Amino acid sequence: MATHDIRVTVNGTAYDAQVESRLLLVHLLRDQLRLTGTHIGCDTTHCGACTVLLDGQPVKSCTVLAVQADGRQISTVEGLEKDGKLHPLQEGFWEKHGLQCGYCTPGMLMTTCALLTRSKNPSEAEIREAISGNLCRCTGYNNIVKAVQFAAERLGKEA
Amino acid sequence: MQPRTTPEVGGMGHSMKRKEDPRFIRGKGNYVDDIVLPGMLWMDIVRSPFAHAKIKSINTEKALKVPGVLAVITGETLAKYNLHWMPTLMSDTQMVLPTEKVMYQAQEVAAVIATSRYAAADGVDAVEVDYEPLPVVVDPFKALEPNAPVLRTDKKDKKDNRIFHWEAGDRAGTEKAFAEAEVTVKQDLYIPRIHVASIETCGCIADFDRVNGKLTVYMTTQAPHAIRTVFALVAGHVGLSEERIRIVSPDIGGGFGGKVPVYPGYVIAVAASVVIGKPVKWIEDRMENLQADSFARDYHITAELAAKKDGTITALRMKTLADHGYTDAAANPSKFPAGLFSICTGSYDVKKAFVEVDGVYTNKPPGGIAYRCSFRVTEAVHAIERVTDVLAQQLKMDPAELRMKNFIPKEKFPYKSALGWEYDSGDYPAALRLAMDKIGYHALRKEQAEKRARGELMGIGISSFTEILGAGPSKQFDILGIKMFDSCELRIHPTGKAIARFGTKSQGQGHETTYAQIIAEELGIPASAVQVEEGDTDTAPYGLGTYASRSTPVAGAAGALAARKIREKAKKIAAHLLEASEEDLVWETGKFSVKGAPSRSKTIQEIAFAAYTNHPPGMEAGLEAVNYYDPPNLTFPFGSYICVVDIDRGTGMVKIRRFVAVDDCGNIINPMIVDGQIHGGLTMGMAPALLEEISYDENGNIQGGSFMDYLLPTAVESPSWETYKTVTPSPHHPLGAKGVGESATVGAPPAIANAVVDALAHLGVKHVDIPITPEKVWRILKEKGVAE
Amino acid sequence: MIPASFDYHAPGTLPEALALLSKYGDDAKVLSGGQSLLPLLKLRLGQTGHLIDIGRIPGLEYIREEGDFLRIGGRTRESALESSDLVRTRYPILHDTAKVIADPLVRNMATVGGNLAHGDPGNDHPATMLALGAQVVATGPKGERVIPIEQFFLGLFRTALRPDEVLTEIQIPVPPARSGGAYLKLERKVGDYATAAAAAQVTLGSGGTVERAGLALTNVGPTPIKAADAEKFLAGKRPDAATLGEAGQRAAKAASPSADRRGSVEYKREMARVLATRALRLAVERAGGR
Repeated sequence: MATHDIRVTVNGTAYDAQVESRLLLVHLLRDQLRLTGTHIGCDTTHCGACTVLLDGQPVKSCTVLAVQADGRQISTVEGLEKDGKLHPLQEGFWEKHGLQCGYCTPGMLMTTCALLTRSKNPSEAEIREAISGNLCRCTGYNNIVKAVQFAAERLGKEA
Repeated sequence: MQPRTTPEVGGMGHSMKRKEDPRFIRGKGNYVDDIVLPGMLWMDIVRSPFAHAKIKSINTEKALKVPGVLAVITGETLAKYNLHWMPTLMSDTQMVLPTEKVMYQAQEVAAVIATSRYAAADGVDAVEVDYEPLPVVVDPFKALEPNAPVLRTDKKDKKDNRIFHWEAGDRAGTEKAFAEAEVTVKQDLYIPRIHVASIETCGCIADFDRVNGKLTVYMTTQAPHAIRTVFALVAGHVGLSEERIRIVSPDIGGGFGGKVPVYPGYVIAVAASVVIGKPVKWIEDRMENLQADSFARDYHITAELAAKKDGTITALRMKTLADHGYTDAAANPSKFPAGLFSICTGSYDVKKAFVEVDGVYTNKPPGGIAYRCSFRVTEAVHAIERVTDVLAQQLKMDPAELRMKNFIPKEKFPYKSALGWEYDSGDYPAALRLAMDKIGYHALRKEQAEKRARGELMGIGISSFTEILGAGPSKQFDILGIKMFDSCELRIHPTGKAIARFGTKSQGQGHETTYAQIIAEELGIPASAVQVEEGDTDTAPYGLGTYASRSTPVAGAAGALAARKIREKAKKIAAHLLEASEEDLVWETGKFSVKGAPSRSKTIQEIAFAAYTNHPPGMEAGLEAVNYYDPPNLTFPFGSYICVVDIDRGTGMVKIRRFVAVDDCGNIINPMIVDGQIHGGLTMGMAPALLEEISYDENGNIQGGSFMDYLLPTAVESPSWETYKTVTPSPHHPLGAKGVGESATVGAPPAIANAVVDALAHLGVKHVDIPITPEKVWRILKEKGVAE
Repeated sequence: MIPASFDYHAPGTLPEALALLSKYGDDAKVLSGGQSLLPLLKLRLGQTGHLIDIGRIPGLEYIREEGDFLRIGGRTRESALESSDLVRTRYPILHDTAKVIADPLVRNMATVGGNLAHGDPGNDHPATMLALGAQVVATGPKGERVIPIEQFFLGLFRTALRPDEVLTEIQIPVPPARSGGAYLKLERKVGDYATAAAAAQVTLGSGGTVERAGLALTNVGPTPIKAADAEKFLAGKRPDAATLGEAGQRAAKAASPSADRRGSVEYKREMARVLATRALRLAVERAGGR
């Protein structure tokens, strides 16, 4: 059983870890680094509960090996709040009731965080398309769309 | 409803931001799989590839050699403690682990205990089981044939596969009404097996402390107290005593009914922890969740209506075959083997009705649990709303007009239905009128006529549903004998803040916010200063849990009444402080003042402080109350939904163009949360209407056992929902509220199905079973010669 | 769901990767985006002793027109294809395809080369590449060889790629003027494999007749299907509704679908016809034919 010494930077902090080849990135984050905001929902790349940013791109961390992330930047939900200030998306999800059970929420936040980086003022259709790899069983998506629009507007004002 | 309190107090009617959200948006929720205990071991489960097979042998030798694997638990292991079978909530029996045969594909066969998730999975791979396949019974109709193999060979006297026969209503009177009817219609419907598929799967950590003999189980359960009692009843003989069992239901990633049952995995983990003396974690994966956890629906219904030529419905008859899988593990109140299916007269003033349901065993996983629905109400509503449209078509009447004609009139409430329910309140025409107005019904009918002339397919579907919630009054409602009350224990702290604990358990419904708002409404203590706790059986008062939209109708009422008890005591304290008599005091939100002298007043905060510092002589100190609320009746929320669909003539693909939902759930605690519940319910209603189904091939192999084929709607399939309200308070609920969590899941499917049938009605189509897949529609188009 | 154990290798250069592939032979698999391979390993439907991750080899991600070809590096992410202006404006069929592969998150990892090399008839790029008349570059221990796409798909999960080769580049002929293409996919929901899908690439002649037509189908047979008969039929004809309909018919005849949860044999074959006809219509439109 081969192991690898890797270094990953998660939310700006570098971590050294020894990992088995087959260790999934989501398990590295959850079980070893104890960043449990990233969830597991389906194991088959369908639900997006495990979404994190890998070098800025949202990916499903249940379908990436931890060792693939060696030397790379990972952002998780725990890193969204900066200096005690919520990210506009976090504000938006709270303000617009964009979550219920909260289980898909970290994945939704990370996916839409990347969306707002590349698209300043996304349409409803664009938002729906962007989150179509993230399943939510509670909200019916209406308020998630509103939450993202709220954040886009907030970010526009801040810019 | 105008809020009576200020936004700062945040009582009923305020769209207060949720108090639970700060942890969720930071990734700081605390779900079962987030919890790690020192020394914790992992459990993973070996499952059967066969739907019916004798277990000839289980060889654990190789598995025990896998690095990290400590033990393999089989049915034989559990049989030593007589823990290999357990009772179901419906007083049937269910295997924890088999000793003789498996009864469905993916059934638990053995469990591997290991030092890590990964080692446990490797261990599962290495367990060798030798099976001898047995004849499989998949079709519930065939299960009842005389030559069908009897599945429950464990039951000595069982000679067939029938579980129960249940009926309600007036058989003879209904038959007579049908015989005399001017018009009758009859429709067979299948409401397929579906799965709640909450995004968090099920799991637990069982932690048995050998030193003090205490078992703590962190588990994904919607009903922690009932689970504790079940554990005490099941494992009492091996020394687990109820005071030494603590069930903790932490944050739950969606429940919808799927987290009510006691699954074998929980019990095996408990047994493993008791035997090994270390915490054992079991988290099922998605395929286990879809393939082995309890399912919903699976009702084969024949629905009939009798009517006059003018459209007046005179009688209703329904006959149903219910496929329960290999055991009756439904999560219904004990006296209701078919749940509340007898709400199937719906929103209509039907004079005569008769309904019967037969439950059947097949080689499928157990169930009959909810899918965001109160005890079989969705099945009932789908049947009545579909067959009502069949009648409209038969009579060539507009479906809206037919509904208007038959609605129970507003002035007839409380209304006693032909099947025995007393509907508390309603104004059905108002809801339908509002929905028609908002969607522009008449313009849509015009557009449809024009499109039909051009060969385009568009349909408009209506569903005017009535729900039945808030189980339930103790004279009828119990689970394993435990009456279906719910509870609140409320304590006001000296500085006027509060903690309120409830017997329910939120899985995303926002109890921490809405319950606080109820307390705020009743006492004027700001909702932000009311801490709500649930889910820990060591601290919360006993309650039956959260499912069937019962939290607001039952526990919410308990909260209001506990607060009113506090107010009674507060009044005495205020009288003491103000040196006035109680009769001279008037309450307005947050304070008592002396009649005619409003400046002489004491706020609830001042009174709370006095309760601990200056309480009247002869009175107990403190300010606390407990209420166990036994509802006098159920609540009957309702609504009218209208859906517009367009159909692609080439592919049969159905697209929901618009969907207007008018809901009436009585008085509203938090409008934002109510809307959120409805949005979510609509998407979960649209899912089985168009996408979701679990079926089996002739060998009992599950079809749709992963998210590859079990199709949860994404934001792209889910339309933008348009929601509106009417408000008809419940006359018997302390807050006039009715509950709302499941209305939309119940009401949406027939609106969508009716819209699709409506789009095809001019071709002579009367019915399409859900899920309405593109191929089903395309086959109709082809048969009718209109496919592209 | 946990994969069985394997060894992971992350070569920094192509020759290193090829050496590892030669060394481990059948016991090795190339890891590109991993979005098909890792789920298979997690489900334990497949097993491998060695994963050779080509993710750290520089120079395998690019989209550029060079000479007579649009060249796409084998490890180019689907998301890069989707957001490329060059692709959107000059190769709309590729843009159409990239947009409907799995879901947006998967497309951030999934690669064009992986989509082809996996040999899954349900994948979307194969039909597109067949319609475009592409060729792929396979690099092995003896150097590069060019494989025309028509010769690439040998069977279910079987391609002409040898175990010691890496798919390093896809070459698509730069379309002449008055060309257009489209990819239409019928899927039950986002993220699903196609019930059926059709890729059409059309070049019109000066008189408005079809000069060249490429037409191929997804997920209606054990391999992606090139609708050669339909292509031939179209050549030299005016692309009117009747002609495109007949081409769709002919394409459907080439399909040999099997029934599954997405549909029956009959339905899938019919969808192949409907989608092929529609894709052709859109391709002709985009070629400036209407």
